[in-house]
Amino acid sequence: MEALIAAITIFVLAIFVGFEVITKVPPTLHTPLMSGSNAISGITVIGALLAAGAGDTGTSLLGFIAIVFATINVVGGFLVTHRMLEMFRKKD
Amino acid sequence: MNKTVLINLVYLLASVLFIFGLKGLSHPRTAVRGNLTGAAGMLLAIVVTLLHQQIVGYGVIIAGILVGGIIGAWMAFAIRMTAMPQMVALLNGFGGGASVVVAGAELHKVLVESAALTTDVAIATAASGIIGAVTFWGSLVAYAKLEELMAGKAVLFPGQQVINALLGVGALLLAVLLVMNPGAAYLYWLLVLTASVLGVLLVIPIGGADMPVVISLLNSYSGLAAAATGFVLYNNVLIITGSLVGASGIILTRIMCKAMNRSLTHVLFGVLGPTSETATADEIYAGKVKAATPDEVALLFDTARRAVIVPGYGMAVAQAQHAVRDLTNLLESRGCEVEFAIHPVAGRMPGHMNVLLAEANIPYEKLKEMDEVNPTFEQTDVALVIGANDVVNPLARTDPHSPIAGMPILNVDYARTVVVVKRSLSPGFAGIPNPLFAADNTLMMFGDGKKALLELIAALKAA
Repeated sequence: MEALIAAITIFVLAIFVGFEVITKVPPTLHTPLMSGSNAISGITVIGALLAAGAGDTGTSLLGFIAIVFATINVVGGFLVTHRMLEMFRKKD
Repeated sequence: MNKTVLINLVYLLASVLFIFGLKGLSHPRTAVRGNLTGAAGMLLAIVVTLLHQQIVGYGVIIAGILVGGIIGAWMAFAIRMTAMPQMVALLNGFGGGASVVVAGAELHKVLVESAALTTDVAIATAASGIIGAVTFWGSLVAYAKLEELMAGKAVLFPGQQVINALLGVGALLLAVLLVMNPGAAYLYWLLVLTASVLGVLLVIPIGGADMPVVISLLNSYSGLAAAATGFVLYNNVLIITGSLVGASGIILTRIMCKAMNRSLTHVLFGVLGPTSETATADEIYAGKVKAATPDEVALLFDTARRAVIVPGYGMAVAQAQHAVRDLTNLLESRGCEVEFAIHPVAGRMPGHMNVLLAEANIPYEKLKEMDEVNPTFEQTDVALVIGANDVVNPLARTDPHSPIAGMPILNVDYARTVVVVKRSLSPGFAGIPNPLFAADNTLMMFGDGKKALLELIAALKAA
């Protein structure tokens, strides 16, 4: 129960941090914001790694699928965000 | 130091890097570094996870990372900037899908170890399954609509609301059953199946004009799904990151709804604006629309001191961005001040138009938001509208019965002269005529956006 309360506390506080940080992002960067935040939401890859590396076949098969999904998210997200942001930068 | 402690400390560091990364996005100058900071956080989190004692083999992991990495990199390099909404829709979907499968794998693992899920983990597993599956399938439908693999129009059928409600209740019921029988993995997959159908049906009734809202909302869901998975694994970095992304998506959803004067419930349930009793196209346009040749428009620009360009998605479809940039440079070299007025829903997702113009090397300082540019139209000699329609329709201000009544618009009609580049008088997403096209101070330059602009540039150079 204590662990749950701690986790909920982190959840709620992180939402507030999110609101504070994201409201400062200017509209001109909203598309890179979406692809970039998508990339970091690929953090589920951690759970996928743990599952894929487990000894049990069923678990690691599901883990494999999850790694593929999450890695597409991470790699695709960061790269495409970088591509967009470079276009904003080269005029400086 | 204990390995678990080390791993958790590195996770904390990764969370901090993610927050700094998002903070970097608060200005185009720091944004590239911000994105790299986030990527560094991700790399750290992945590497330290590999040290976990639960991992006994690396073969599957390497294979998965290679497959996902190659697909992801290929998508990121191959995608056209006009298709960015499709890319983000797919990324949202994969994020949701990953959450579903990770929660499923964890359930499977616990059952194999013949342990039982505790109530809190069972609830979190059900939440991951529902939110993740809705996100995955909803995003695929959004992708199909944007890519025009299926009709972009709202698909409505009788009893839709009832079926959705039943599916929603069904998914919740399965969640309750799963919590009561935490050993029954089939309940989880049944729940995922139900939520999948729900995800498809939730997005199908949403029309093309509302896509920016849907993508933003699904963005938020993909974050919330990750957070729910964080509760399954009791992993703080997942919870923190998921909430950050969830908050981000909600903010963008709210901005998009406000920009279209649509409530989220109206968007989600496919409710259109008030039925229009407005004048028909013929009544508005009859005899009042003035067409102009590029030469005539060039004369206008010849004496203009200040011009504002209003780009819409039509400009991107015509691939006219580079012609727009050339026109801007030409006008500026002749001493005319040029700015761009960007409506929040210009393009097909938040900030999409800015990316398209940045790709054409138009400096972001020239892109002005609606609130900033609207007071300046009265001092503007020429407002050049390219492929935009509903966002410059004065009916939003004047006609309370119009479907777009109350939607904030760019007040181009206040400019001395308005030039509209458009193929025809066909209506925009809202399906209503636009009195701007028949206004006394409006000239219509009919034709393909790119071709019309190139002709205008040639005429200006000749003048």
